[in-house]
Formats: sequence, structure tokens, C-alpha cells
Amino acid sequence: MPFVTPESMQAHYDVIVVGSGAGGGQAAYTLSMEGARVLMLEAGRRYVPETETPMFQTPDEAPLFGEGTPDKPFGFYDATVDGGWQVPGEPYVSDEPAPLGFTWWRARMLGGRTNHWGRISLRNGPYDFKPFMRDGHGFDWPIAYEDLAPYYDKVEMLVGIYGSNEGLENTPDSPPGCLLPPPAPLVSDYMIRKHATALGIPTIPAHRAVLTTKLDATNIPARLHPGNPAAQHILATAMRERGACLWATACGRGCSVRANYQSPTVHLPPALATGRLDIGTDAMVYEVTLGPDGKARGVSFIDRRTGRQHTLRARAVVLAASACESARILLNSKSAQFPNGLANSSGLVGRYLMDTVGSTVEAQIPRLESLPPLNEDGADGHALYMPWWLYGEQKAGRLPFARGYHVELGGGRRLPGFGTPSSMQWLSPGGYGTKLKQDFRRYYGSFVSFTGRGEMIPNERSYCEIDPTVKDRWGIPVLRFHWDWSDHERLQAAHMQRTFADIVEAMGGRLRRPIETDGAKAISQGGSIIHEVGGALMGSDAGRSVTNAWGQTWDVANLFVADGAVFASNADKNPTLTIMALAWRTADHMLERMRRKEL
Amino acid sequence: MDRRTTIKWLIAARAAWPLRGLASVASRPASAAGYGTDPDLLRHYAPGELWPLSLSARQREIAAVLSDLIMPADEGSPSASAVGVVSFIDEWISAPYPEQQQDRTVILAGLTWIDAESVRVFGRPFDAVAPDERRQLCDRVCDVASADPADAEAAHFFDRYREVTAGAFYSTPEGRRDLNYIGNVPLTSFPPPPLELLRRLGLA
Repeated sequence: MPFVTPESMQAHYDVIVVGSGAGGGQAAYTLSMEGARVLMLEAGRRYVPETETPMFQTPDEAPLFGEGTPDKPFGFYDATVDGGWQVPGEPYVSDEPAPLGFTWWRARMLGGRTNHWGRISLRNGPYDFKPFMRDGHGFDWPIAYEDLAPYYDKVEMLVGIYGSNEGLENTPDSPPGCLLPPPAPLVSDYMIRKHATALGIPTIPAHRAVLTTKLDATNIPARLHPGNPAAQHILATAMRERGACLWATACGRGCSVRANYQSPTVHLPPALATGRLDIGTDAMVYEVTLGPDGKARGVSFIDRRTGRQHTLRARAVVLAASACESARILLNSKSAQFPNGLANSSGLVGRYLMDTVGSTVEAQIPRLESLPPLNEDGADGHALYMPWWLYGEQKAGRLPFARGYHVELGGGRRLPGFGTPSSMQWLSPGGYGTKLKQDFRRYYGSFVSFTGRGEMIPNERSYCEIDPTVKDRWGIPVLRFHWDWSDHERLQAAHMQRTFADIVEAMGGRLRRPIETDGAKAISQGGSIIHEVGGALMGSDAGRSVTNAWGQTWDVANLFVADGAVFASNADKNPTLTIMALAWRTADHMLERMRRKEL
Repeated sequence: MDRRTTIKWLIAARAAWPLRGLASVASRPASAAGYGTDPDLLRHYAPGELWPLSLSARQREIAAVLSDLIMPADEGSPSASAVGVVSFIDEWISAPYPEQQQDRTVILAGLTWIDAESVRVFGRPFDAVAPDERRQLCDRVCDVASADPADAEAAHFFDRYREVTAGAFYSTPEGRRDLNYIGNVPLTSFPPPPLELLRRLGLA
């Protein structure tokens, strides 16, 4: 069945899944592996990482040394297709310009942003589901860690996550058999760990979706699909086809040997192999259609290749188009029954957008100069990180901000490129000629970076709505964003800067630039960390949330949201793993209801 | 440096010194399209393939001399011009993107300035003076922070030109080898750092 056009789509499906990224990929996987007939609609083009990924290409082979341009903002070799901070013909509106206004990264490709993401895969901890209960800010989720833990287990086993169990506060361990061994740390990691530990900051193996070994295709399939030998067989085959990491070439380009997680190499191949998944690409969904019974009938979309509108039907609809795009579809699905947008009787669709607080410090460490040549490509991303460690301080009221952050470490002898010398020039002011070449040899590989990623508390001032006038190239009304951090986030960003400077000082290092102690200047632009979640929050009260604990909209029984839109809080943990765990749980719930003929 | 300042500066240079065959340095917007949002990522792109190069022969001569002053040949690697940096710079300043268009203005004006300044100070163009004399000019403008205010714009040009030259240089295979980069090769496993090294650094 696999890839279909509007002409070859069937008249009726069990489930239409809108979006093909982490949420859509997981929902389509679970639904089709367990018997449902699914149509996935993706706004972008078909994308085949096995044949399209620039593995091992070097900067000299790319235009402009691979540097970012408005066409490819994260560099020529970034996996993103037809996307970036702007998508041609698909504008959005921010109430304020950069750096204050919200910025929105989109991709128009199969697998969406799972193709280029950082692969950082952290579980939310028990505190992260009950933040309001702990400190009176934001909202509690209608589920607890225990509800989602089995799904974290499953996702980790399915996609392959490296990491370790350290038994730290609000930093959950995984059961045996879930995690792959973490990669060896770099020399700079050892040095940071030594000095951070002395400052009381734990430094432990990162969790990332990269296969440091091949997956256990013998045992995992039976644990993920008990009683379903056909699904087990399909999954075992798909797992065997995935190669382990080659310890080279950046994950953000995608991976032709399928060693990291991207939806088109992990979720979609087994789902397609069931014969129950159809995928329609270039299908820009703009509306969920409503039947006279108050249930969703299906969706309407525009075929981007022809510009024609099509409408399809299904027993249930899953929105997983990304937090903001799913909110946009709901808000644009207006009817007599829902004049303000579908499933929006609470008025909360689009509300409480959250991103991650970001702040970075770079430094040079004299003791790392002139080291012998080592291959430090590793698994590309960081091997070690620092989970939030000051829960006790916060509880005792000794910090001026309510929520924590984790720290991602950078360092090592990375593939040189256009930006490499300018990152070293500050150590040789005025330098040129032979002396400059000698300086670069000495300094190359002696740099470290600390990247803070912190929790944002949802607020009333950060939301999206439909712009009253602006439309995209297909005439679909676009989103208007409103954004504001609170002092909790700004002070947290300032704390990151001071903390990282302390570690650099302990290492005997030099800061590339003075730290920024004004939180408003230290903090990243809203949306720029590309962790936007919220907009259709799950809750336990129909008047105060958009979906219930299953991602099922309160207003429309057969309409589900399975992306970051349902997040009731945005812990410092990167959202992708939680999106997948929630999507699996939602799909399980849908399957159960379909078996009971309730859907 | 905005366009207006550049032009003012050029008019001053022209008034003082004939520009000796240099092509017009007025910044013209590139008319070519970029590579778009869905380019083929697997092809090897050579400078000039995606948009036409635009440095004149004379500009390339000066660019080569200046690039080789910044990244000369030594025991670790060849000079910038020997690894194709001039063509890379030409590709860069000819590109139809805003950042590169801004660099075009700065770099074309700067190449004109350094040649004219060489004539003014030494009576001969930049590529005809002795290496020491070239270095005298560069020493005046190589550090934005300490340059004479009268040379401020030239210092900004030099700073950016050095950034582009060195960026191009270390993007090449020769540049990677110069830094002793030995990665970007497939491995079956990723070993930890040698224990001896960790011990020497007090980390094991």
C-alpha cells in the first residue's frame, strides 16, 4: 500500500494521522502494527535518508563551505528539506521582532524535524508531571510518571537510546534492557567532569537516540508486541536492517545506515511493512471536518503538487503536525458548533505555548592545548551531561527561580569548517601569517562549551492565534504568535551563565566573552531552541484543558492530539522522547477503544 | 560598514589615487538565484557552478597575495591560494545571499583600498611591493582594537577578509590535515582516550 496520492488513497481509513514526525510516526507505528488501517498525511515531500543523506561529505564539497544561508539556515548539510525559520509561501506573524518575538522552525519533509534533531532523549521525572503541586506554578499533568514509564521503556527499546542509570533525583532510571551503552567520553568531558564534580555538579552519560550497538532484535520485539507474532517478525526484520553508529558524520544530516532515530528510518519501515499504513506526502491538512453527530469525519487537505483540495474520512483523527501546526489546524476548523475552532470550547487552543530556556558559554582550556591527534567524532552529540542538581536549594527557597535546567557539554577535535578559525581568532588578536597558523594548531581542540536547557513555566502571554488577515500561499490563515518569558526563565538563564563561568574558572579556562548576568540578555529567543510545546494542553478538567489524559479532545470523542501540543509543562528534558511515549500511549488507548467499538 | 560609507571611502581613494585598472568595485546585487531549500546534498559543488564568479583578474591577483599573507605556506600546509581559497572567496562574495552580499561590499572595497594604499605609501601596487612592505600595511590594520581610527574601516575589512580566508583554508583537506584532524572516517568502535594521556592530564 505504502506511498499513495489523492487518487490512490482509499475512501475510508480507521485512522488518519496528520504529521510524520515523532508523534505521528509513533502513532502510525503503534496503530498499524496492532491492526488498524492508517493513512498518514505529511505536508512535505517524501524523503529517503538511505539515499539522500550526505554521509562524510566535507565542507569544501558544499557551496559556501556548508555555511548556513536563508535557504538552509543550519548549514547546507542539515537534513531539513524545504524548511527553516521561514518556509517559502508559508508566513507566520510574531507580535514583536527578534530577539523578543517567537521564531518557528518548520520542515516540510517526511519525518519532519526528527531528521535533524539533536537526538537528546531524556525522560521526564516524577516531579515534572506534578509541577503545580510542588511549587504552585503552571499546571499538573493528568498523568503521573508511573503512567508513562512503561511507554518510555517501550520507546527506548524501539528506537534505541544510549545512556546509563545513575539513581539521581527526578532523573529516572530505565529497567534492564532499555538503554544501550553510552559512548566513551572525550578528553574534555573527563576534565569537565572532574572539576564540576568538585563543585557538586553531577556529570553523567547523556541519553541520545543513537545505536552504539545494534538493537537486540531477538528479544525486544516480543517485549514490545506480546501476543502479536506478525508484528514481532516485522519489527525484528526492521531492527536487523538498522546499522550501528559509524562514529563519524553529524547526526543532524540524517543517517543513511539508520543508526540514529528519525521517523522515516525507524517508525515508518515496520509500519509500512504491515501493509496497513498508507502515506500521502505533499498533503497540507488545513481542517478537521466535523460530522452532524459532533464527531470528526476526517480531514481536508491541499495537494501541494496540484493545489487541489481533497477530503477524506476516517473513524478517528490524530493530529501530530507539531504543537503549533496542530493548534493552527484546530483553530482553522470552524463550524457552527465550534465557531472558535474545533475542540476549543475551553478557549485554550493555542494557549500556553512553551519553549526551552537556552543559554551557552564557550571557553578555552589551556591544559587541552597541543594534545596528540585523537579521533573525537564519537557519536557526534555529547557523551556526558549534567542533570539538574539543585532541587534541594529550590525547595528551600534559596534560588530566585522555580525550575531547573540541564547542561549539554561540547568539546573535542571536531570536523574543521568555515567557523573553526573564527572561533579561535580571539586568542590571537591581530594575528596573521605563519604565527596565526601555529596558534591555530595549538588551540584547535582546546575549546569547551556549556549549553543550558531549562524549564519554562507556561504563562498567559505566550500563545498563538489565527492572524485575522495573513494567509499562506494556499489561502490558509496563518498563526500569529505572542511571546514573553517570565523572571523564572530570565533568572534561570543568568544562573546558567554564572554556573558555567564557575566551572570554566575551576578548569583554569578562559571565557570567550564575558558572561551575561542580565537574564533578559542571557536568554535565547522564544522558539529558537525548537522545543515548542503546548497549545492543546492535556488536563483533568474539560473547562481548563483541551484534551484528557489520553490526548483525546474533550469536545470531539474521536479526535486525538499526539504531539507536543498536549504538554502541560515543559521540563528541562528535551521533549521528543516524551512525545513518542505519549503518542504510543494514546495509540494504545485508541486501539482498545476500537476493539470495544467505541471509536 | 554600510554601503554609503563604503562609497564615500572609495570616492576619497579614487580622488587621491588612480585605481590602476581595477574593475569597478561598486557593489552590484547578484542576480543569480540561490540553491533553494531542497538542493542535492550529495553532489560536489565547485565554485562558479551555482552562481557566476565575479572577481576580475586584477581583484583575484590582489586577493591571492593578501590571502597568502594571512595563510602562507609553511611546514604544515600549503598557502591559501594553493588550495583554492581565491576561488572560494570569489564564490562567497558572488553568492546571492544577504550575508555574502554584505561581505562583497566590504571585501571589494578593501581590496581596492589595500592596492591604492600601497601605491600611495610605496609608489607601487600591492602585489609589486616587497613582502616586508605588504606586512607593514597589514600590521596597520590587522587588529581592529588597536588600529588607528583613520584605518578603522580598513581594519574591519582585514578582519573579515581574514575570517573568510582562514574559514576557507580550514575547510579544505589540506587545512584539516594541518590541524591534525583525523576523524570523518567510519569506525567499528569508538575507543576512550588513551589512559596515558588521561594520567598526564590528571584525569585518571
